[in-house]
Amino acid sequence: MEQPLWEVFIRSRQGLDHKHVGSLHAADARMAIESARDVYTRRMEGVSIWVVESKNIHASSPDEAASFYEPAEDKIYRHPTFYKLPDEVEYM
Amino acid sequence: MRKLSDNMDTEALQKSFDEKIEKDIKIEPKDWMPVEYRKTLIRQISQHAHSEIVGMLPEGNWITRAPTLRRKCILIAKVQDEAGHGLYLYCAAETLNITREEMTEQLLSGKAKYSSIFNYPTLSWADMGAIGWLVDGAAIINQIPLCRTSYAPYARGMVRICKEESFHQRQGFDILLTLSRGSAEQKAMAQDAINRWWWPSLMMFGPPDNESPHTIQNMKWKIKRFTNDELRQKFVDMCAQQVEVLGLQIPDPDLKWNEERGHYDFGPINWDEFWNVVKGNGPCNKERMAARIKAHEDGEWVRAAALEYARKEAAGLTGKQSEKATIKK
Repeated sequence: MEQPLWEVFIRSRQGLDHKHVGSLHAADARMAIESARDVYTRRMEGVSIWVVESKNIHASSPDEAASFYEPAEDKIYRHPTFYKLPDEVEYM
Repeated sequence: MRKLSDNMDTEALQKSFDEKIEKDIKIEPKDWMPVEYRKTLIRQISQHAHSEIVGMLPEGNWITRAPTLRRKCILIAKVQDEAGHGLYLYCAAETLNITREEMTEQLLSGKAKYSSIFNYPTLSWADMGAIGWLVDGAAIINQIPLCRTSYAPYARGMVRICKEESFHQRQGFDILLTLSRGSAEQKAMAQDAINRWWWPSLMMFGPPDNESPHTIQNMKWKIKRFTNDELRQKFVDMCAQQVEVLGLQIPDPDLKWNEERGHYDFGPINWDEFWNVVKGNGPCNKERMAARIKAHEDGEWVRAAALEYARKEAAGLTGKQSEKATIKK
């Protein structure tokens, strides 16, 4: 039987987000974390590791991307550059 | 929501794929891709992964006999990196819907190939230098363009690998430089290692362009960015200069700077030898496979025990719940 697949997330420095770095196989979470240390942080690339079993990750579908993100497309007024300010206005 | 792909015929999907390739937009695992593109990537990435794993063997051979503690630490770190590189690549290949078990089976049954260079023996300590300088040097030249390959997980793995690989080449050069500045015997040992590893290293780039059937399609798909011969020439040009710093020679009487081409000319490669090693008749093919099979079989009970422990722990049968790994918010 194959060992389950885990996705590995690493916080590279205190204060930053955990970022996906890859996956690995391990029997359980503790072994996954130890393997993740050996595979993904041999050069001090991390100060914290998350592992999540791959089967527990749900993802949006690339096929639906066009319609899925469509609602944001025509709302340019959400960006500050949409607003023209008089030159006299500073610090805004 | 209905899947868009239900409505799109293959032709439209192919067109959208081609446009992405054209615009250098990376292909991610869940994107539609042609069957052949997927097959080619599985073959290439898994072969690459197998090469990293088998590649640990020739160097592992010298860990216990490294001349100093410093060299031993470096060699262990390097071999450990190769294991890591194999794992990054297996993980990239798995995103294409092939399991690790299938890949392992393909390697151990001999169905999948790995780089032929690892079927040559490591006869002296100087071979650790020649492997680092030449074999890893050739690998880097092959791998740098792969950081921009069109399949995103492969490209991401290659970025990580290339960052780590440059220490491998430097430590090899450092070994050869030390030997070449040592006694006459040590210098001769370094030269002997270069003599044996030079031609097999040139073969690492694969058959010449006019005999490489996949090259054109792979370049169209932007899996490859340069042809075998282009990369090989780059490698020869680089080594021809570096060997002078070593005060050693490249074992090729035809190696000569060609002003007109702006490159070094070099002698003919013995492709019969290459194909013979690919077919399994190299000096160490059988030994390498036997070592991999033994490692896999010897590890079987460990994998089974780990899974059984995980099963019992999940069922609350081990009484060690407190040690369970948790992620604290």
